[in-house]
Amino acid sequence: MEIDYSKHRHVVVIYPHPDDESFGTAGTVVKFREAGVPVTYLCGTLGEMGRNMGSPFFANRETLPEIRKQELIQACEILDMDLQMLGYRDKTMEFEDVQLVADDLRKRIEELDASLVITFYPPYAVHPDHNAMGRAAFRAIEQMEPGKRPEVWANAISNDREEILGKPDVVIDTKDVFEKKMNALRAHKSQVDGMLKRFQGSSDAQNEFDLALEYFQYETYHTVNFD
Amino acid sequence: MKAIDMEKVQDYIDQFTNRPVYFHVETTNGAYAKHLDSKAYNVGAYVRNAQITYVQGKIVEQEGAYRVGLKHEIGWIYAEGLTDYEFNENGQLLLAGHDEDGRLMVAMQLSEQPFHY
Repeated sequence: MEIDYSKHRHVVVIYPHPDDESFGTAGTVVKFREAGVPVTYLCGTLGEMGRNMGSPFFANRETLPEIRKQELIQACEILDMDLQMLGYRDKTMEFEDVQLVADDLRKRIEELDASLVITFYPPYAVHPDHNAMGRAAFRAIEQMEPGKRPEVWANAISNDREEILGKPDVVIDTKDVFEKKMNALRAHKSQVDGMLKRFQGSSDAQNEFDLALEYFQYETYHTVNFD
Repeated sequence: MKAIDMEKVQDYIDQFTNRPVYFHVETTNGAYAKHLDSKAYNVGAYVRNAQITYVQGKIVEQEGAYRVGLKHEIGWIYAEGLTDYEFNENGQLLLAGHDEDGRLMVAMQLSEQPFHY
């Protein structure tokens, strides 16, 4: 599928954690930015409850939020996208009032005049915060006026995703922009180093770049139609 | 954080005895446990900024990992698998257990002021 990136007015990315954007959609963001389309990341939390503290660990439960905030800011600079931090707390998003979260998202989506929203596909997104954020984003868009709704690309990552949803209909090969995606991933040092080390065990990749490429080259989405 | 020094940690625990303190206790095996192994279950719990006055606290070692128990008027707080500690510039005692990849598995923290975030 050939994607006309330049047809969009503004892309809004909605995820709960610093690093979700770099794993799931960084290459896509770069392609939109190269086409001159503004991109804004609405990031739900600061990943305050993350288990990864660096490898070897350098963060602790109390220093992690500020460290991840700086990592997020740096990743967004690398990806050249605007950032709005929504101020929820990691691991609690599913206990928030979904309508209040949806109202806030809708306001931001409308203010930014988004023509495309990228978010997680509930309930096929594994982490409770992913599903909660996707649910709120879906509700926000459902409640917009028909005809004014942005297009929606949703990430499904559960093991049963293809059985239930079929194959993703948007598949973006990020190989040609992977240098930038890799730099964005590296910005999330507290989270990424340990993961890459673990992946190394089940890969023949000769270096970190090839290893990351093996796992994160393709960014896949299901389009969701609310009309 | 650095490897637990039992005497030092016991001193800090004693400093907080018999005065109201905020505590943070958590344990988790991560949000992806079941995703990565269908036979596993995601397990976790955390308490942040509950207040307690404990009358006796003790750290105990067994095979290189530590347990801490805090006894209060009507019950207990307990954590197992602690390996590292830090007493930070805000006067907070942080105790945590990390796996071989440096991932946090359990934490117990004490502070006279509420924890941020």
